[in-house]
Order: sequence, then C-alpha cells, then structure tokens
Amino acid sequence: MSSYPMNRLALFIPLILCIALGGFLFSSLDKDPQELPSALVGQTFPDFSLEELNDSQRRVSSADFRGESKNGQVVLVNIWATWCFACRIEHPYLNGLAEQGVAIIGLNYKDNRLLAQQWLAERGDPYQMTIFDPQGTLGIDLGVYGAPETYLVDAQGIIRHRRVGVVDERIWNKEFRDLYNQLVEQASGE
Amino acid sequence: MVNKLCLGLLLISCELFASADIVEFSDEELRPRYQQLIAELRCPKCQNQNLADSNSPISVDLRRQVQRLLEEGMSNQQIKAYLTSRYSDFILYRPQVKQNTWFLWIAPIALLFLGLLILYRISQRQKSTDGINQSVGEPTEEQAKDPLSADDQLRLRELLKNTNGDSN
Repeated sequence: MSSYPMNRLALFIPLILCIALGGFLFSSLDKDPQELPSALVGQTFPDFSLEELNDSQRRVSSADFRGESKNGQVVLVNIWATWCFACRIEHPYLNGLAEQGVAIIGLNYKDNRLLAQQWLAERGDPYQMTIFDPQGTLGIDLGVYGAPETYLVDAQGIIRHRRVGVVDERIWNKEFRDLYNQLVEQASGE
Repeated sequence: MVNKLCLGLLLISCELFASADIVEFSDEELRPRYQQLIAELRCPKCQNQNLADSNSPISVDLRRQVQRLLEEGMSNQQIKAYLTSRYSDFILYRPQVKQNTWFLWIAPIALLFLGLLILYRISQRQKSTDGINQSVGEPTEEQAKDPLSADDQLRLRELLKNTNGDSN
C-alpha cells in the first residue's frame, strides 16, 4: 500500500462525502417540508365571481381586487373555514390586525354558510368582506391546499406574499409587516 | 379450496374499493388519460401520495378538476400546465427538465458512470498488484533452476486432469 500515496488520499473520499451529505441534511432540518413554493407570488389575483358570505345577493369578483374599485388599497386575503382547527388559533390575531387598520378580505373555503356566519358572529369579524367559496373553485385557482392561508395583495391586485399556515405576531413581524408598510406607502404615494 | 375462497373474497373486496370512486366520462377514451394523469400528479397536502391514491379533500377536488379539464378537451400537457401554474412544479411527480431539475435527471446516469469508472480502476489495480505479488520474494537458487520437481510436475498434471474432469 505504501507505494500508492494517492490511495491514502482516496481513502478520505467517503469521509468527505459523508460530511458533505451530513451538512446538506443538517441544513434541510430547518425547512418545512409542508411548505410548497408558491406559483402565484408576483401574479395578478385570479379571476373569479362568487357570492359574499353574509349577503348572498352580492357578488364579489376579481374587479374588487383591481386598483379602481379597491381605491388602491393593499389587502390581506385570508383563507379560512370552520372545520379548520388552526383558524381558531389564528382568528384573534386577525381581529387585532383589523383593529390596527389592516384591510383583510376573508375567503371562506369549502364551508357551510350558516356555520361560517355563526363563527363570525361568535368570534368577531375582522373581514371587510368574505368571499363564499363552498366548492373551493377559487381555492384551486389560488393553489390552496389547506387552511389557513394568507395572501398579501398590493394596490394593483398583484399577490406579493403568501403564507401557508397560521399568521401570528411572529410571522407578521417576520414576513408581512415591512412589505405591507412598504406597499401601503407606495399606494398612498401614487 | 380455502385458497380459492380467499381469492374470491379478495377479488370482491377489490371490486368494492374500486366502486367507491366512480368517474363518468362522456367519452371512454378519456379514462386511460385520466388514470395516467392522476397517477403522475402529486397530492399537495399528503406529500408522498399521488392524486389517485390519496383520499384527502384536496385530492378529491383536484381529481374532479382533472376530469373536468379532460372533458373540456384540454391536452395532458395543458392540464399539467394548468396545475403547475397554481400549485407549482411540486405537483408533478415526473419533473420537467429545467434549469433547476437537470441535476435530478443527470444524477443517476452520472452515478452509473462513476460506479463503472471506479469498478474499472479497481480491476486495473488488482491486475497490477497481482503482477507485483508474483514477483515478490526472490526465488531460491534451487527454485530458479528447477521451479517444480519431477514429483510436483506429476502431481500438478494429476490435479489439472481431475479439475478438468470435474468441470465437464
């Protein structure tokens, strides 16, 4: 063996590979495998026309997400349902955000109208309006695969951020606050 | 007898499971395409199942959507594009060859060639070390003159004959 110095170095290759693999796996530990890359960030909010939850005569459409009818408002779109347990945890925080003046539009996803109305009556209604989507059609167009989900939509109706899962204070401060303030500033500047 | 009974029960149970999810098509030719699509599309919620295997609500919805799109006359490619524009590439179990996926496609072939290369190098090395082992150790004077004695030659011939016989 001693006549092959290169062999000695080659013996370290598996060790180096193991360390590299270990490093890769270790760096993946923090990543949430449930979190999918979003296909819609940077895209316009999809077209739709659905009933309002509390007023079945009123139709909400994608026009409500375009600049004109929204008065250049930056909004959060929150997907929720009464069957969604995490939504219960999230709801009080949304109430708080609404009190701070953040415009939130609800998207009631694959739910029962009466149960949903009852839920809002009991827990408070942070939503400026709530889109009623019992079939989940808008859900499919948004790429929703579970509730809650929250989208930040700018004044032009373009989706700027998506959060799958509960939005709480930590997530708001980390992912939404700065971007939201920046978008609001842009919208008022125009 | 018992085996036949078991087989019968098994077949009946398959029948029952299959009937749980009846999909009607206006044109029966759409069915194989539907089966192929839902086998290749991944459930976004239950991540290690395809749409065909999963019973989660989102999979049920997406299966229905795939059926609807097929009825609308969309091609398989269009349906996949429709879903990836909403659920990202994640939904494809068979990823497209793109800038960030070429490694996935190349890696198995590259590893195969790497393996073959290593195998080749090892066999080469063995050949050369065999040669070295043979030359190791100086033969004594006697061996040099006459590597095998007459007796040994005879035994060797016997042995060779026997092994040849065995192999035939």
